[in-house]
Amino acid sequence: MKNTIFRILHYTRRYRRDLVLSILCTLTGVSLSLVVPILIGMAVDYAVSPGKVDFAGLGHTALLLAVTVLVSGVLQWLAGLFINRLAFGTVRELRTELTEKLGRMPISYIDGNARGDIIARVVSDIEILSDGLLQGFAQLFTGVVTILGTLLLMLTRNLIITAIVVLMTPLSLLVAAKISAMSHTTFQRQSALRGDIGALTEELVGNLRVVKAFTYEDRAEERFTAVNADLGEAGRRATFCASISNPTTRFVNNLIYAAVGTVGALGAIGVLPWVGVMSVGTLTSFLSYANQYTKPFNEISGVVAELQNAVSCAQRVFEVLDAPAEPDDSGCTVMQTCEGSIEVRDVSFSYTPEKPLIRHFSMKAQPGQRIAIVGPTGCGKSTIINLLLRFYEVQQGEILLDGISTQELTRDSLRSLFGMVLQETWIFTGTVAENIAYGKPDATPEEIEQAARAVHAHGFIKRLPEGYQTVISDSSGLSQGQKQLLCIARIMLTDPPMLILDEATSSIDLRTEHRIQRAFEKLMRGRTSFIIAHRLSTIRSADLILVMRDGNIIEQGTHDTLMAQNGSYAQLYQSQFHTA
Amino acid sequence: MQKLLRFLRPYRLELVLGPLFKLLEAIFELIVPVVMARIIDNGIAGKDTGYVLRMSGLIVLLGVCGLGFSLTCQYLAARCAFGYGTELRLTLFRHINTLSCTELDKLGTSTLVNRITNDVTASQSGVNMFIRLASRAPFLIAGAIVIVMLIDWQLSLIFLLIAPIVAFLLWYVMRRTIPLYSKNQRKLDGIARHTGESLDGMRVIRAFARQKQEAADFAAECADLEQSMLVAGRISAILNPMTFMIMNLGIVAVLWFGGMHIDTGRLTQGELTAFANCMTQILLAMVALANLIQILTKAQASSLRVAQVLETPSTMQDGTETSLPPEAEEVLSFAHVSFAYEGAGDAALEDIDFTLKRGQTLGIIGGTGSGKSTLAALITRDYDAVSGEVRCFGRNVRNWQQQALRSHIGVVPQKAVLFTGTIADNLRWGCADATDEALHHALEIAQAADFVDALPRGMQTHLVQGGRNLSGGQKQRLTIARALARRPELLILDDSMSALDYATDAALRGALAKECAGMTTVVISQRATSLLHADLILVLEDGRCVGQGTHETLLRDCEVYREIYGSQMQ
Repeated sequence: MKNTIFRILHYTRRYRRDLVLSILCTLTGVSLSLVVPILIGMAVDYAVSPGKVDFAGLGHTALLLAVTVLVSGVLQWLAGLFINRLAFGTVRELRTELTEKLGRMPISYIDGNARGDIIARVVSDIEILSDGLLQGFAQLFTGVVTILGTLLLMLTRNLIITAIVVLMTPLSLLVAAKISAMSHTTFQRQSALRGDIGALTEELVGNLRVVKAFTYEDRAEERFTAVNADLGEAGRRATFCASISNPTTRFVNNLIYAAVGTVGALGAIGVLPWVGVMSVGTLTSFLSYANQYTKPFNEISGVVAELQNAVSCAQRVFEVLDAPAEPDDSGCTVMQTCEGSIEVRDVSFSYTPEKPLIRHFSMKAQPGQRIAIVGPTGCGKSTIINLLLRFYEVQQGEILLDGISTQELTRDSLRSLFGMVLQETWIFTGTVAENIAYGKPDATPEEIEQAARAVHAHGFIKRLPEGYQTVISDSSGLSQGQKQLLCIARIMLTDPPMLILDEATSSIDLRTEHRIQRAFEKLMRGRTSFIIAHRLSTIRSADLILVMRDGNIIEQGTHDTLMAQNGSYAQLYQSQFHTA
Repeated sequence: MQKLLRFLRPYRLELVLGPLFKLLEAIFELIVPVVMARIIDNGIAGKDTGYVLRMSGLIVLLGVCGLGFSLTCQYLAARCAFGYGTELRLTLFRHINTLSCTELDKLGTSTLVNRITNDVTASQSGVNMFIRLASRAPFLIAGAIVIVMLIDWQLSLIFLLIAPIVAFLLWYVMRRTIPLYSKNQRKLDGIARHTGESLDGMRVIRAFARQKQEAADFAAECADLEQSMLVAGRISAILNPMTFMIMNLGIVAVLWFGGMHIDTGRLTQGELTAFANCMTQILLAMVALANLIQILTKAQASSLRVAQVLETPSTMQDGTETSLPPEAEEVLSFAHVSFAYEGAGDAALEDIDFTLKRGQTLGIIGGTGSGKSTLAALITRDYDAVSGEVRCFGRNVRNWQQQALRSHIGVVPQKAVLFTGTIADNLRWGCADATDEALHHALEIAQAADFVDALPRGMQTHLVQGGRNLSGGQKQRLTIARALARRPELLILDDSMSALDYATDAALRGALAKECAGMTTVVISQRATSLLHADLILVLEDGRCVGQGTHETLLRDCEVYREIYGSQMQ
């Protein structure tokens, strides 16, 4: 917990100026506000009794008081602004860093963690941290200044009683520390459950159509109710646990007050000579100082719940920041362009150690060749793509591009050499034009339209309410096939030396596919291309066909040689024209 | 907002008792200085050591009672706030479940998720803080005002002059900041949506090596949020210092006019001191109140967002019929049905008209974006037809109770979505009490039994979210098995074999024909071969039906169909 706090503080370093200024403003602002009661006392002293009122002195002090109040108010206001800047800026940096980090995380991390939970970390956890920072800083600065100021004033009056107050303070701190240690685990549980409910909500609300189709509403509710009840219970416990600390510190403060009163009174009576000479006036001011001195402890312990909540949320954010990213590859070779010869040499890979998938896989593709990968679902076709693009790293063997191991290239430059269209379409919230120009943000409207025409998407785009400027998202009314057309248009705009088409046209009707075939032919000309498809018509013209089963290549050759072998491929091909 | 207060009703007791205990604590706190004054007046003056010790003991005792009251209040506050939040969250979730697809399209899911999680939490802490703080400050203010008026009612007029100014300040800050806080929440929604999209598109983003650009876009969005948080912060930062200044300037006035009153003998010096002290008390309470109002303002902004969803009614009125008419021979019929998505210009479907009898198979074929999936969505009443009538199991779908209607239909959506949990959990989605044997049978028909059995844990294999640990084809076969496991009367396959190789596709169709002979089936496909044996085939183009009939008649009469079929058979 201590480390987390230091780490949060570390993130504020860029706002050192705001930090220093806010401390300065708080210091002077709060110090001046401590002077206010003294000035009030002085003013009252000028008005003794009827006829004995020094209006000149009174006016003078009142004016001084007014000025003090105004200056103090302005300074406190400024301090608030600086703290805002500090807290919001820090939070922005943290959020930016977190998302930047997510961009560098291995794909396996993204694949293996619930989407909703990751989003909860980016959104709600950081939000709670922001609130905590704000409150924490504000209370902390004011508190520290008040404590120090009061201590100074007390010291000028009576050493012994000051000592009593100071010596009893650790008691208050000890109690607060004890309770916060107790509630810390409950807060961790609360934020973990908050992540869970985020993940569950994201999944169930995000796929509400499926929920409805299967009349799963009642059971969805049951599951939600269970997690929700746990969260409610954990939250109640954490909050109550943390809120014990404030009344308890107040109780300790009450003890301090009683002790000061007793010792002071006994000192005034003369029973305790070591206290020193004590007048009633001194005792009165001491009592009010004791109150003022212990108040900040209350206030700080009052926001302990928020602070602890913030700390456990920060831990969840740091968890992501600390998880190993893809190793830095800035020292690797940047390959601008390539011939396009690919050699896979004795590669083995599996997602889970107990379930080997690809074993001793080898193949060679000459520049410009068209390689088709076919095989039953789940045989590892998409895994080959994952390995070629280094979304996952090979566990044994190597993949060579133009004779250079892909491990020696930067991931970005390697991936930029491929144009990729996946079966799972990805449309982000933005205009149609932005979606098409994703790989080439500086494309002109003409280029965008040309790409759309090439894939026969221009027609439906024109029919959208605002044509190319229509804002679309994954859940807006586009059909799966239309989304796929947009993803293909994306590739048409870029000019990659190699292509990967993983079931790129699976949701597009055959007529349209047939029409865009020409565009594909043009695109693939002279480029090494990897094609995964079930429609074997698209595969027939491939230079090399790899037939896979259970992670191994069982046949390879051209369409004609494979048909002649009359093996798996021939069977697959024939089944296409048979009806059950 | 009224809607949310309803959720507090079960906690009336806590809402009354919590502040009450806080009040008791505050009263006890006020007694302490009185006791101390006694120590000074009686103990010290009378040099009575015993009295001093007795009274000190009393102060400690008062402290113990205060501690007890305060803990009770905190406990009640936590119980009320979390009870309220938990119930509110559940109701919100339940309500979202009743919304139709039209509302979902309009609202967007990321904001809904955000409202269920963040906004409910904010509203909940508002309640918590309210119970803990709301009674104390007003009590102290009221008490102090009474004392002030008793001391010198003319002087207290100064306070009556200031009070409206402070009240105006509070009102002004609240009025200005509530819309700003909602705006911030909207921006936060945007960040959540963006994060989700980036996670979904991680492979594409990396394939285009656009991570830097994505990070930059994100940084810009975060900076934008920061800016508007600063704007809101700037306004609310005024509140505390302004209250401090106004109240203290009031004290200055009190001192000046108080001095005049002392001069004329209306007021004593001690009374003036007491008056000033009371003003300071009021000031402290006012600052506490201002802080509370800031917290409540934020909670209010979030509560409004929650209420907004709760107040969004489903535009679809649920029917009442729940029983399956036994004699219904016509399982599905469309009578001149047209449909357009809200906000879209063109009709997505126009004048669709057909009838499907029990046990028959309907094939739908057509170009990309021709309206195939939209047609399927009308059957399960995801949307209502704009004109015409959709009848299912012999009854207009509008008259069906939606859950009852859907419980007889098995849908395999185009996008293969699976959920966190085991494979068996996923298969039981449509039918909670299906036996393992029944599930396995469904897997066999869907041609998924082989690969599921080959998994080390079989049907008990845990799927990570969306079934990311499976290939596209495996996911599709599981979604088919999921639909079959509920033994539906009507099965809708929305292009759900696109990721299957032809051999598997053929085997699956064979198994379906053999095992589910009595089942009425709607098959959307781009493979003409998948539809050869359909009893009725609809050929769609741009939302219109350009041909319907069997394979043979279409081949003879329908130009578009011939073209589609020809392109696949070359």
